[in-house]
Amino acid sequence: MSLIRLENVSKTYQSGEIPVLALKGINLEIQEKTFVSFIGPSGSGKSTLLNLIGCLDKPTEGKVFVNNVDVGIFDRNESAAFRGKTIGFVFQNFNLIPVLTVYENIEYPLLMLDHLPAKERNERVSRLLGKVGMAEQKKKYPNQISGGQKQRVAVARALVTNPQIVLADEPTANLDHATAFKIINIMHEMTNEFGTTFIFSTHDPKIVGEAEIIYSLEDGVIVSTENKKEDKR
Amino acid sequence: MKNLIVIAFRNLFRNKRRTILTSSLIAFGVILVIVFGGLAISFKSQMVGILTNTAMGDLQIHSKGYVESIDNLPLNLTLSGSELASVEKKLKSIPEVEAYSPRIKFGAMISNYAQTSNVRMSAVYPKMENRTVPEFAKRIKGKISNPDEFIKPGEILVPENLMKGLSLKIGDEIVLVATNKDGSVNAVPLRISAMTENVFGPSGKEGYMHIEDAQSLLREDEPEIVEIAIHLQKYDQLSKVYTQLKKEASAPKSQIEVHTWEQLSPFASIARIVDLLILVVKFILISIVLVSILNIMTMSVYERISEIGTIAAIGTPPRRILSLFLIEGFAMGLLSTAAGILIGLGTLWIMNIIKIDFTFGMMNVSLAPSIPASEVIVVAVIVMIVSLFAGFQPAYKASKMEPVDALGHN
Repeated sequence: MSLIRLENVSKTYQSGEIPVLALKGINLEIQEKTFVSFIGPSGSGKSTLLNLIGCLDKPTEGKVFVNNVDVGIFDRNESAAFRGKTIGFVFQNFNLIPVLTVYENIEYPLLMLDHLPAKERNERVSRLLGKVGMAEQKKKYPNQISGGQKQRVAVARALVTNPQIVLADEPTANLDHATAFKIINIMHEMTNEFGTTFIFSTHDPKIVGEAEIIYSLEDGVIVSTENKKEDKR
Repeated sequence: MKNLIVIAFRNLFRNKRRTILTSSLIAFGVILVIVFGGLAISFKSQMVGILTNTAMGDLQIHSKGYVESIDNLPLNLTLSGSELASVEKKLKSIPEVEAYSPRIKFGAMISNYAQTSNVRMSAVYPKMENRTVPEFAKRIKGKISNPDEFIKPGEILVPENLMKGLSLKIGDEIVLVATNKDGSVNAVPLRISAMTENVFGPSGKEGYMHIEDAQSLLREDEPEIVEIAIHLQKYDQLSKVYTQLKKEASAPKSQIEVHTWEQLSPFASIARIVDLLILVVKFILISIVLVSILNIMTMSVYERISEIGTIAAIGTPPRRILSLFLIEGFAMGLLSTAAGILIGLGTLWIMNIIKIDFTFGMMNVSLAPSIPASEVIVVAVIVMIVSLFAGFQPAYKASKMEPVDALGHN
C-alpha cells in the first residue's frame, strides 16, 4: 500500500481576477521509506504539490491520500494534528525560531504536540543533535550559526516527532553547493536510519541526482519519472 | 503551559527597546493611579475624618424643616422635650451609635467692649460633645486639662479668625449678645478659655459655650435642643444607621429629620469629584494599556507571520498559537503592573516619610498618603484584564492564519 497517493489532483489559484492552474490532473504514488525529489523550474508546481501532501493546502479537484486517509476533508485542527503526528517540514529559509536555542528549536514540536516526559524529550533531541552534527552548538541561537548548520537543525526538528514523511521545499536553495550536498546526504541517511520518507523539491539538477525517485514537473504536470530503486533491480 | 510562558517571555524581549518603552508607559499609568489614588484617597479620608470627628459627627438630627433654613440658625425649630427623649431612647437602642451630643446652635454678637462682630455659637455638654467629636479637642488652641471639660459654664471658645479680628487674647472677657426665639435680646459676659482652629465647612468657624450659659442667654426654661450630632462606632455603618433613623423620621407623627454629614457638608461634593478624578485616572490607565498592548501585539504578529506559518505547519494547534500570543500580551501587562506597583508604592512610602503639609481652606492638613490593598488589587486586575482583551485580536488573527499563506509571507 502506498504511503502517499494523489488521484487526479488539480489546484487552481486566484491571482487577482485571473485563475492560475498550478497543478493539472496529477496522479502519483509514493511508497514508504523512499527518498523522493520533485524537480522543475519556478512555477512548475513543486511547492504546491508539497503543500497538498503536507496538508497545508487543499486540492481544487481530486484527492490526496496520506496513510490511506483523505487529507482533503480535514478541518484546520485536524490538519494541524495530522501534520504534527505524520509530517515534518524543512523550509528553504530554515524558519528556525530566533528566540530559541538550537536545542530548544528541535524540542519545540515535542512541546507543542506531545506530552512526552522531559527525559524522553531530552533523549530524542540529543540523539538527533548528534545525528546532524550539532551537539556542540546546542546552546547557540539561530543567529549564531551558519546557514548549513541552521538547515541541519531544521532537519533534526522535522524528525524529532518521528514522522513518517518529511517534506523539504527547496532545502538547499540558500546554501552553497558543498553544504547543499551535505544536507541532502544527511536527509538520505535519515531515510535509511529512521525509515522516514523524505520528499524534497529543487531546481538544482546536481542535487536532484541524490534522490531515489525523481518526478520532473513542468507547468503543473509531471512530465517524467525516474525511479533509481527499480532501475537497480 | 509552562513552555508557552517561557517562549512568550522570550518573545517579549526580542525587541528589548520596544518592550521596555511600552512597559514603561503602562508602568507609568499604574504609578499614576497608585500615587494619585493614594493621595486622593488619603486626602478624602483625612478630610472626612476632620469633618466628622471634629465638628459635624457622622449624622445629625434636627427638627423637621431646620436644614432648609440652616443658614439662619432658627431657634423656633427645636426638638421638644418629648421628641428629644424619644430620639435619645432610639439612639441608645442602636448598638452602632457610639455617642451623641445635643446642641443649641444660634447666631450672636460678640463684643470686646470696643468692637463687635457676628459669631455662630454652638452650645454643648462638653463631655457628650467630646465623645461625639473625639478629635475636637485637638482643634482647641489653649490649655485644656480634661477634654471632657473643654468648656465650663462662664467660658467661651472663640474661633481663631475672630480672635485675630477682634484682637482678643485667651483670658479676655467678652460679651455675647443674642436674640431668643421670642425676639427679646439678652447678653452674657464670658471669659475666653481657649480658641478653636477653623475647619472647612459648616460648624467650622463656630464658637463654643456651655449649654447652661446658652439656656440662660436665650432665656430657656429647659434647653431647647436644635441639633443632635451622632458618632458611630465605625464609619462604614453610616448607611445602615442612617436607614434606621430615616425610617424613624419618616413615621407619620415624627417631627425630626436625619441627615448624614455628606448631605450637610459641601465637602461631600469635593469628595465626589475626588472619586470621579480617580475614576478618570483609571480610564486613562485602561486607555494606555489597551493602546500599548494592542499596538505592540499587532506589530509582533505582523513581524512574525512567517514564523506563525512555521509553527502552524509543524502541527501547532490554532488554540496554542492563540494562547502563545495572549500570554505575550498578558506577560507584558504583568511585568509592567509589577514594576508600576513597586514604584508607585515606593513613591507613596517616601511621601509618607516626608509628609505633605498644606492648608485646605483654613485648615492645616498633614497628608500621609497610603492606598488600600484592595485598590492596588483592583488596578492590577484592571491591567491584567485589559492586557488580555487588547492582546486578543492580534492573537486571534495569528491563530487564524493559513499556514500556507503565512509561510509564503516575506
